Amino acid sequence: MRRNESLVSITDYSKEEILEVLETAKLFEKNPNRRVLDGKVIATLFFEPSTRTRLSFETAVNRLGGRIIGFSDASTTSSTKGETLKDTIIMVSNYVDLIIMRHYLDGAARYASEVSPKPIINAGDGSNQHPSQTMLDLYSIYKTQGTLENLNITMVGDLKYGRTVHSLLMAMSHFHPTFHFVAPDELKMPEEYKIYCDKLGIAYTEHHDFTEEIINQADILYMTRVQRERFTDLMEYEKVKNIYTLRNAMLENSKPNLRILHPLPRVNEIAYDVDNNPKAYYFEQAKNGLYARQAIICKVLGIKIND
Amino acid sequence: MELSDKELKVAALENGTVIDHIPSEQLFKVVSLLHLDRIDKNITIGNNLCSKKIGKKGIIKIADTYFKEDELNKIAILAPNAKINIIKNYAVISKQTVSLPDELRDIIRCANPKCITNNEPMPTVFDVIDKEHIVVKCRYCEQAIAKEEIKLK
Repeated sequence: MRRNESLVSITDYSKEEILEVLETAKLFEKNPNRRVLDGKVIATLFFEPSTRTRLSFETAVNRLGGRIIGFSDASTTSSTKGETLKDTIIMVSNYVDLIIMRHYLDGAARYASEVSPKPIINAGDGSNQHPSQTMLDLYSIYKTQGTLENLNITMVGDLKYGRTVHSLLMAMSHFHPTFHFVAPDELKMPEEYKIYCDKLGIAYTEHHDFTEEIINQADILYMTRVQRERFTDLMEYEKVKNIYTLRNAMLENSKPNLRILHPLPRVNEIAYDVDNNPKAYYFEQAKNGLYARQAIICKVLGIKIND
Repeated sequence: MELSDKELKVAALENGTVIDHIPSEQLFKVVSLLHLDRIDKNITIGNNLCSKKIGKKGIIKIADTYFKEDELNKIAILAPNAKINIIKNYAVISKQTVSLPDELRDIIRCANPKCITNNEPMPTVFDVIDKEHIVVKCRYCEQAIAKEEIKLK
């Protein structure tokens, strides 16, 4: 039993809770302006800057009629004077009903949820978890496929360090997926996630080459950025950087229901000629972040949305 | 302790605890894990002794001291095959093995320098995810640490 209703990791939610949040997100997409946070104050504490996530959360709060306090850069706070995270969180929790936080250290959100009397929403803790990103990925899949069950999910690019693919893998594991992992050797899916799939009887196949054959059987193509700084051997980077680029011509024989997702920002892993293809979904995906975050805020505060 | 007939003789324990079959390289870590430096009873430590089972072993005898089970179970991180003998009135009244607990609270340090536990004054908590191979996972940064990387706090 969790001490409060915080959302730190997507694994904090059961299958039923995930589906409940997705249904609520659907209602927010129909009408995003509902003043259910009237009279409430929400803190957005961004110890590490992140414009995209912060604006999305703050828009969500504003459209729900709540007020916001907080900071977007820790250099203006007393953490630069050596105040501990614990003290900052306890102090802020005296003022607000909910804390949305991003921190540069792994595990910061879990610790905050233990010391805070008010619920915490993790908006990213270092390279660890980013559950609202996972929820908007799930919502995008649910909306475009009409279901989360029995889908072919093909993940491409940096599968080693990409926290979004790890969280998505764990969340999708409730829904009998078939995974395809396409990555260079240096950025392969870590062993622990493959063991996780094995334990749950989830089928997966690993590929080195990004071919049309793999694309043609996918329902979801989840692209990620292959970052130069992840490579110890820059020759290796030069070799692989273009292999994992998706071009429009590669989509010719793909399934009609295929949608291409990307957590953004993209660099060169999706060619610009893909943008006009109706299967390109990454910009709508980002927009879904608003509805998913509104639904998460309501879930954490125990607010039910019925129509 | 005296040497005679080429053999080391250690006074038999009247009452207390004997921890045997500690791998030699872990012996002094076990000493610090149990905070034996803070005990003022007679303590005999033997190391690099021959053992058929584990090559070289260490042994610790602590007079007039008994440990709680969960305290002894912490040893399992360092010496999973350690044997505990409880001595009363010169007789072994119980022989025990150690077994890793499900949770390690404030015993080891997280190997991830970017983990919150290495940057805030706070206790660490690890869940033991594989007892056989000794793999633990930080409850905060969620990274798994294998046996070789485990460092005591």
